[in-house]
Amino acid sequence: MTIQATAATLSNMSLARRAWEIRRKALRMGEVQGQGYVGQALGIADVLSVSYFHALAYRPDEPEWEGRDRFLLSIGHYAIALYSALIEAGILPEQELETYGMDDSRLPMSGMAAYTPGMEITGGSLGQGLGIGVGMALGLKAKKNPAFVYNLMSDGELGEGSTWEAAMSAAHHKLDNLVCIVDFNDQQADGKSTDMLCSEPLGDKWASFGWHVQRVDGNDIAALVAAFDAARDLKDAKPRVIICDTIMCKGVPFLEQREITHFVRVEADEWQKALAVLDANRPE
Amino acid sequence: MNATHKYDPHRKWEARTPPKPGEGGRTSAMIASLAAEGYETVSAPFGHALVEEAKKNDRIVGLTADLSKYTDLHIFAQAFPERFYQMGMAEQVMISAAAGMAREGFIPFATTYAVFASRRAYDFIAMAIAEEYLPVKIVCALPGLTTGYGPSHQATEDLAIFRGLPNLTIVDPCDAIDVVEAVPAIAAHEGPVYMRLPRGKVPSVIRQHCPDYKFELGKAKLLRDGKDVLVIASGFMTMRALDAAVELEAQGISAAVLHCPTIKPLDTETILAEAGKGGRLVVTAENHTKVGGLGEAVASTLLTHGVTPAFRMIGLPDQFLDAGALPTLHDRYGISTAAMITQIRGWL
Repeated sequence: MTIQATAATLSNMSLARRAWEIRRKALRMGEVQGQGYVGQALGIADVLSVSYFHALAYRPDEPEWEGRDRFLLSIGHYAIALYSALIEAGILPEQELETYGMDDSRLPMSGMAAYTPGMEITGGSLGQGLGIGVGMALGLKAKKNPAFVYNLMSDGELGEGSTWEAAMSAAHHKLDNLVCIVDFNDQQADGKSTDMLCSEPLGDKWASFGWHVQRVDGNDIAALVAAFDAARDLKDAKPRVIICDTIMCKGVPFLEQREITHFVRVEADEWQKALAVLDANRPE
Repeated sequence: MNATHKYDPHRKWEARTPPKPGEGGRTSAMIASLAAEGYETVSAPFGHALVEEAKKNDRIVGLTADLSKYTDLHIFAQAFPERFYQMGMAEQVMISAAAGMAREGFIPFATTYAVFASRRAYDFIAMAIAEEYLPVKIVCALPGLTTGYGPSHQATEDLAIFRGLPNLTIVDPCDAIDVVEAVPAIAAHEGPVYMRLPRGKVPSVIRQHCPDYKFELGKAKLLRDGKDVLVIASGFMTMRALDAAVELEAQGISAAVLHCPTIKPLDTETILAEAGKGGRLVVTAENHTKVGGLGEAVASTLLTHGVTPAFRMIGLPDQFLDAGALPTLHDRYGISTAAMITQIRGWL
């Protein structure tokens, strides 16, 4: 690994514990609003833990540090998850968690660059992050800046044609500083992603577009660490994709077993129950 | 409120004073219905109306881009599963495919959010559908400022985008009755249509004020008369106008309300007749940026025909809007009933 050590990466706190902290903060934000995309947040927490506490170089007190790795949240509705990671990383103060989604909060329900330190782009119009990532990767190369661009997108975004334009472009331009993370939770607004517009065989698609492809259990921290390291260390002049199979609501079994939808309903009395389940299973 | 929505590589994020826990409005989710106190609501009027129409017309098919549940098209999908096409999160191919089905003799109703149809699929709507005058009906939820999610989901300029497109009929219904009566009208219309969709629990407003009201494609309807001010409105701003007129009447101000649910082609005859009566302030009211929507369409009509009453526009400002709770945002941007009353009183 060539990345710069940061306070976060030097901490003794385990990545499992970081993921737990991210899940806990997301549930607390969900409780503030009485709603939210907590299913996605719980599912992606392990990926964000490995991103922010293993892979990414950044400075918590200087979110626009030129040497930082750029982390793009193409899926704006996952903001609840990224805010949790940014709080855990020390980029956002924890007390702002209480304002999630409220009028004039810096933490709107859909992530926007103008609102939040550490939020690189305005996502939410799905299918745009990877293309912006191509441009940032080109720009970093033009500036001879060795930083990497990580674009986090959802399996639903694989339906957008713009994703595949960007995929072809990234390979054409040999963007070996671009890592695309696909959260494959197989859920989108109307149902299972594979029932809406099937993207399988997904690894073969990316490979045929000229990408280095890995597919891992996105809730297995050791597997994620290995995949992120391999993506970073690869010598091939090609962009890298890590397809992460994740489970919606991971870590809170009674929510995992619920009929899962894009927008998981959590009743008013269930937030504390969900937190209690997490608290009973706190990793070291 | 403080966000600049402007990229500046050296910017410092402005320090917001966050609301205190438990205070301040909460963001309205996409699933929230437009609050309308005092009106009965109808559940999913578009879905049920399309089912009724489809029973009579087997050319009707439904397509969606992963938003059937959020555009009330799931009602149609349940009733006619073999005539429903889930196209996935792919608005461009949904529109192209709708054009293809229209070429094969079908009448496709294609649904998504207004932002995605107007911004992402525009070229496909322009060339595959509008230029060919194909009978595709594009029906879109979250028009204007009807979600608190911020600019990614707020279609504040959809009318401006589509008004420039030849051949396209544009409908901005007010309430459940408008939607239910617009569905057969736009299905019967020969060419392409873009309709803004109130979805979920939709209030039934107009007939409560005006029992004889009927939706007619291409027609503006005077819902109440008044001598001091004439409000020309579309979409849910007609509801606001009716509510404001009741309140203004109690304050001694007599307001007429002209409902103009067809934005294009505009009912210039009725607008000119009403605005030309003289002696009244003319105010347009729209759930849309003041740039390029109903207000400018009416202004252009009046000036072109030499009808020049005192004229003002109520609508959204020319900026990317904040995220937040809808009541907060409607007040902030001047399209709540209270804000409407304040503006009209200030102009009289």
